[in-house]
Amino acid sequence: MKLVKNAAGRFVPTSVNGEKQIPYKGMNKYRPTGNKANPKISTCIDFPSDGNKVVINLREALKKAGLKDGMTISTHHHLRNGDVVTNMMFDTIKKMKVKNIRWFPSASFPCHSHLIKYLEDGTIHHIEGSMNGPLGKFTTEGKMSGTGVLRSHGGRYQAIQDGEVKVDIAVIVAPTADPFGNATGDRGPSACGLLGFALADSQYADKVIIVTDNLVPFPCIPWQIQGNNVDYVVKVPTLGDPKKIVSGTTEVTKSPDRLLIAEYVAQFLEDAGIMKDGFSFQAGAGGTNLAFALFLKEKMKAKNIKARFIRGGSTKYLVEMLEEGLTDYILDGQTFDLEGVRSMRENANHVNTSPFTSYNFHGKGNFASMLDAVVLGATEVDLNFNANVVSHSDGYLLHGIGGWQNCLFSKCTILAIPSFRDRIPVIVDDVTTLVGPGNLIDVIVTERGIAINPKRKDLLKAVKNSNLPIRTIKEIYNEVNELCGGKPNKPKVNKKEVVAVIKWVDGTLLDSVYKVLK
Amino acid sequence: MKTVSAGKRGDKVRSDCYIEITKKTSGGIKLKLQSKVQTMYGTQIEDQIFEMCRFFALRHADIIIEDFGALPFTIAARFELAIKRLEPSLTCEFLPDFNQANNYKTTKDRFRRSRLYLPGNEPKFYPNAGLHKPDGIILDLEDSVAPTEKDAAQLIVRNALRSINFYNSERMVRINQLPKGLEDLKYILPQNVHVILIPKVENAEQVQQVEAEVEILKKKHKIKNDIFFMPIIESAKGVMKAFEIATASKYNCALTIGLEDYTADIGTQRTTEEKESFMARSTIVAAAKAAGIQAIDTVFSDVNDMDGLRKSTEEVKSLGFEGKGCIHPRQVKAVHEALAPTEIEIEKAKKIVIAFDEAKSKGLGVVSIGSKMIDAPVVKRAENTIKLAIKNNLLQTDWKSN
Repeated sequence: MKLVKNAAGRFVPTSVNGEKQIPYKGMNKYRPTGNKANPKISTCIDFPSDGNKVVINLREALKKAGLKDGMTISTHHHLRNGDVVTNMMFDTIKKMKVKNIRWFPSASFPCHSHLIKYLEDGTIHHIEGSMNGPLGKFTTEGKMSGTGVLRSHGGRYQAIQDGEVKVDIAVIVAPTADPFGNATGDRGPSACGLLGFALADSQYADKVIIVTDNLVPFPCIPWQIQGNNVDYVVKVPTLGDPKKIVSGTTEVTKSPDRLLIAEYVAQFLEDAGIMKDGFSFQAGAGGTNLAFALFLKEKMKAKNIKARFIRGGSTKYLVEMLEEGLTDYILDGQTFDLEGVRSMRENANHVNTSPFTSYNFHGKGNFASMLDAVVLGATEVDLNFNANVVSHSDGYLLHGIGGWQNCLFSKCTILAIPSFRDRIPVIVDDVTTLVGPGNLIDVIVTERGIAINPKRKDLLKAVKNSNLPIRTIKEIYNEVNELCGGKPNKPKVNKKEVVAVIKWVDGTLLDSVYKVLK
Repeated sequence: MKTVSAGKRGDKVRSDCYIEITKKTSGGIKLKLQSKVQTMYGTQIEDQIFEMCRFFALRHADIIIEDFGALPFTIAARFELAIKRLEPSLTCEFLPDFNQANNYKTTKDRFRRSRLYLPGNEPKFYPNAGLHKPDGIILDLEDSVAPTEKDAAQLIVRNALRSINFYNSERMVRINQLPKGLEDLKYILPQNVHVILIPKVENAEQVQQVEAEVEILKKKHKIKNDIFFMPIIESAKGVMKAFEIATASKYNCALTIGLEDYTADIGTQRTTEEKESFMARSTIVAAAKAAGIQAIDTVFSDVNDMDGLRKSTEEVKSLGFEGKGCIHPRQVKAVHEALAPTEIEIEKAKKIVIAFDEAKSKGLGVVSIGSKMIDAPVVKRAENTIKLAIKNNLLQTDWKSN
């Protein structure tokens, strides 16, 4: 495997799974040209005129779709850890004796550790998406046949649109659908909210299969996925475990240290003057993030401030803000609890979005850069504000990128993180894997203080008179190292064996993940 | 061959470790380490263990360590404990470096609005405790520690006082009931402890016993600064002798009350109205004030009831208490807010302080506002109110120039 040094100083392969790669060229330096990819021409006369595309089961649908060795099959993570369809699909593919599938999920979850046996027996060649938990461990130990490719949600849309990834068959799970293939996620026994992650696949894949456990007569309203893009519809008894698809309630952290971090973030937005009438922010579903939204809400109420829009991951806490008039809109990327699903169904101001509207590199702009502030997590941050979200300091892949890279483009990107976990420093001299370049990361909020990127002189000036504990990142780093008993050792890896690569939002290679030596 | 163990293990254990030592007669030290942070700190942990083996002259042993991300001060305390369980006659101590940030001092009359209890055998709570800015941190050797782990807590607390930065919170330790508590002093006194909380005090003699032991240890370790006492009254007998206890030592800085034990002692339970403890509380306040020390209230034990905590704190403030016990970091801020002076109190205090300044600059012996004379204790109280207001960001430090 030939490696070259990219503009971020990281070594990346020149070719991955036989495809030529472009090393990261620097921030906003890469502009592909030419035309976007095209799906095959289809003709309506080839489809049933009564609109009934239902086939008897998934095996039949895959057969009709022309499944064969080496194809790319995409799935989506709307059902999160409650998904049983993906596992069932690969059970079927195994029975059909098809091999070397490139699995292209929008994200994987611990429930997908079921697929390890198919990675071992060659049914799946490699994963392009995310490699979480047990799949991450499997990949990092060098056991996957091909090289993993990690992309952001926006990067996934980009890769489909510029032809980097050609999806042969998209299998889209839909909590409600009609026989024509119109589908929605906001209702039905397995309701998950929205289906935005499957949008690109529905538009660009050669064959599109809808799998539902709630088949309704035409028309399925709303149609988040349009039946006009769909080839086959399959009815199954269940899509998964509703309790794991969305949690009944999302819980705010009880950890006093995380609450302290959340409080600092909210106060930072106030003291820096970001929290003002008509502003916008993004908050996710992590315990710290939920708490941040609650603290911010109190501050907004106290000062009678209203947001123009909030980007979700929606939860009941954001829904309450919408219903109490603290924001005009929720622009929702995914829905984390039942209240979020209900609100999306009932409230026209709770709008569903997709990676196309929010994050896509090949769009004529996207929402990410319009946000006044986003609050994100990270596994590591280094002294240059570079951050890692996919691997841990022991070198193992553990999480996907999600929308994280895309969100970095906001006007004020805040990482809300503990400065160490148990005895694992989170602020390090050099990140194990580079996923977010430091020039996009503005503020690090820890329980030990807040570090502002020195290039953001405006922010430093804005909070000059605040009583927040503003420190340099080096000060926090030194303190944590002292507490943990010195600098942590780096994992022992085989620098010649790349097990996965990290794509930047533009499709170039930002960093490599190496095989960990035991 | 004797095998001993120390520390904790299990799925839920975090920032702690489990150590097992089997002493051998030959074969050297065989260390089997399994650590959650193997990659990052495996070699450091091994180095630390070998160093401690040399220090305690342990030459032949099988050592098993299951580590769940324990910080060095915890590993040191657990390993020393295992060795001392193996060789109970050993008296030497393996002391981690004294963190220079921990050299700060205290004063008898500093604010003690909040004191945060930290269980003595739970090191995972320590590194971040001070970040929540309680006026005092109490490392507890008493009720929060299981009787079989008292020896473990002594070492954890000793090491924590040396290693862990509590960020200017007053450094307090609650010792065990006497006589066990006297033995605790040996571990903690040389570590710049500021205040000793003495539990279940019923007479002056108990405080004096602690004072005598402290004097001996201060001489032995050449400790120059004052170490203060906060007797805790937790019984009917103690309440009846409150003044005697409050005046038992010149090092008493505050008197406090433990209502869980007190209500049990008088044969009742704590209620939200707290009528059952009114007399005891008022007695504590009067005794403390008569002795010229602070009166500090008990803990509020429902960590989920923030409104209840605020209400209770406001009530005890009106009774004359100056502080409250906290068992969760989130309680600290609520207590500080409830004890903060009101706008009216601040305005009044400002007038008094300004009148005092004027009287001083004019060389007058008497302070007055209009026709009203102001006594010295009133001026002191006004100054305290101003300090509190500044601490709560209700007043600028340079308020006089505005």
